[in-house]
Amino acid sequence: MENLREEKIKFLEEVANQLRRDVIEMLAESGTGHPAGALGMAEIFSAFYFHILKHNPKKPDWPERDRLVLSNGHTCPILYAAMSRAGYFPIEELKTFRKINSRLQGHPSRKALPGIETSSGPLGEGLSQAIGMALCARTSNLRSKYRTYCIMSDAEQNCGNIWEAAMFAGNKRLSNLTAIIDRNNIQSDGTTEEIMPLEPLKEKYESFNWEVLEIDGHNVESFIDAVSEAQAIYEKPTIIIARTIAGKGVDFMEADYKWHGTAPTKEQAKEALKELKKEKSSII
Amino acid sequence: MAFEKSLKINLNNFKKEIKEIPTREGFGNGLLVLGEKNSNVVVLSADVAQSTRCDKFANKFPERFFQIGIAEQNLAAIASGMGVSNKIPFISAYSVFSPGRNLEQIRTTIAYNNSNVKIAGHHTGLLTGYDGATHQALEDIAIMRTLPNMKVIVPCDAIEAEKATIASTKISGPVYIRLAREKTPVFTSKKTPFIPGKADVFWKSSAKPKVVIIGCGPILYNVLLAAEELDKEGIGTIVLNNHTIKPLDEKKIINFAKKYGAVVTVEEHSILGGLGSAIAELLAKNCPAPMEFVGTKDVFGESGHPKDLWKKYGLETENIKTAVKKALKRK
Repeated sequence: MENLREEKIKFLEEVANQLRRDVIEMLAESGTGHPAGALGMAEIFSAFYFHILKHNPKKPDWPERDRLVLSNGHTCPILYAAMSRAGYFPIEELKTFRKINSRLQGHPSRKALPGIETSSGPLGEGLSQAIGMALCARTSNLRSKYRTYCIMSDAEQNCGNIWEAAMFAGNKRLSNLTAIIDRNNIQSDGTTEEIMPLEPLKEKYESFNWEVLEIDGHNVESFIDAVSEAQAIYEKPTIIIARTIAGKGVDFMEADYKWHGTAPTKEQAKEALKELKKEKSSII
Repeated sequence: MAFEKSLKINLNNFKKEIKEIPTREGFGNGLLVLGEKNSNVVVLSADVAQSTRCDKFANKFPERFFQIGIAEQNLAAIASGMGVSNKIPFISAYSVFSPGRNLEQIRTTIAYNNSNVKIAGHHTGLLTGYDGATHQALEDIAIMRTLPNMKVIVPCDAIEAEKATIASTKISGPVYIRLAREKTPVFTSKKTPFIPGKADVFWKSSAKPKVVIIGCGPILYNVLLAAEELDKEGIGTIVLNNHTIKPLDEKKIINFAKKYGAVVTVEEHSILGGLGSAIAELLAKNCPAPMEFVGTKDVFGESGHPKDLWKKYGLETENIKTAVKKALKRK
């Protein structure tokens, strides 16, 4: 990962804003989808696809690429936006999201779109798959050639499969694996602490022998710093609890669980895009 | 004798004192062969390495064995990640838990991803015996054959299980291999052909065959005994070893149904959704013929000696003979 300069931080913030615009446009166009989590992770995806990941959008199956597993697959509009802006596929194609014959499935499909590491949507399974990939990086001739990242939602920490995976990764001291929890406090039926309290989340992972870093998920610099720090921890896997605001950037959506799985109308989208004004200096 | 000579079935052993080995043993032997041959083969188990016979692989290739603990969902999904990272992972667990407990992980992360994972489903059927209904998978064929990308193989003895294990690595994508705990007769030999997706004739009566019996798994031995007894009674049959439930050897099965006009299917599995259903779906469309189904009815098993269970649940030679006679009458 190259050093972060001030201009780069500004660039990544602008990219995040563009990705949010893309998300709103995709959802308004399809009339369905999940905006809250997608908008909340714009900085994280900007940081990954435009700074952190070792990848080549023209060669999505490059064996040495870093692996990014999106476990909470319903937030895929932000993944598609980041991938298209990074050059994996034409930006025009974003309009096909959730439509028939599209490569941009409602939940990501590995077989449909090159560059998708794994099909996801059913929650709680991404961490295990990321572990499988990280184990292979350890045992094959690709040793240390790639790192594996897994993005999860906070709500999917309800799933038992995650804790099976957490126990295993702690046991194997999988330091080439970094997980990220999008801690936005919402889920389908309400807030996470109402539905099934997760706190103390940090202590849970620490007790499973993980290193836990907590940061502001909307601060590109602190997120990238945390990922760098994780790379320097050799004795255990690291999890970054990224505190975010669901629906970030669109006032009427922010921190409201009702926007978990409801797309904005065309009118609402217009209003949202006004807020997410395109900056003049935008490079992409 | 009417056993197909070209198949080199072990005729000398086809007696009361026939050697018995569980199919899980064949699986374990197959893994050992693969361990030597292919460094990409890895094995994962859910705290059942010994009883699913992958302990020998684990001891010989410790760096390629992964103990997951009692966590079948994690087992399937970790293997999925490895299967898309150039490894050939085998997951070895009891079928009631894998695919029983982790079906959704198998569906999404293995089948939908078309990840190159081989799923060994152990302790299937009433052959599990004393452990009782909780540990006797009678629905696994039905579950697995409905998953797109999934292939389903049911070996009839330990030798075929070894061949199936090795052959599964030549198939790109997920494969389910159904295995059993109890020792059962070894009636094929190393020379008996085994090609996934190809059903083989194991018996043709000296009397003109009037019914085709299609079986899979260790119960195929009972099918052969039934065929021999029927032959003595003057009822001719032809027996197909249909080890691959998916993809089916469609052409051969349709041809045989056309030629002989009545079909009996035999499996140690529920008659809902298993081998019999697969054959019925095929024939209903292409060549409707009277069919009888030998298998467990819509019931769970229970504790007991496997032989007593087969008797109680209608899986004995006598049951197969009765089914053949019924099918014959309906012609």
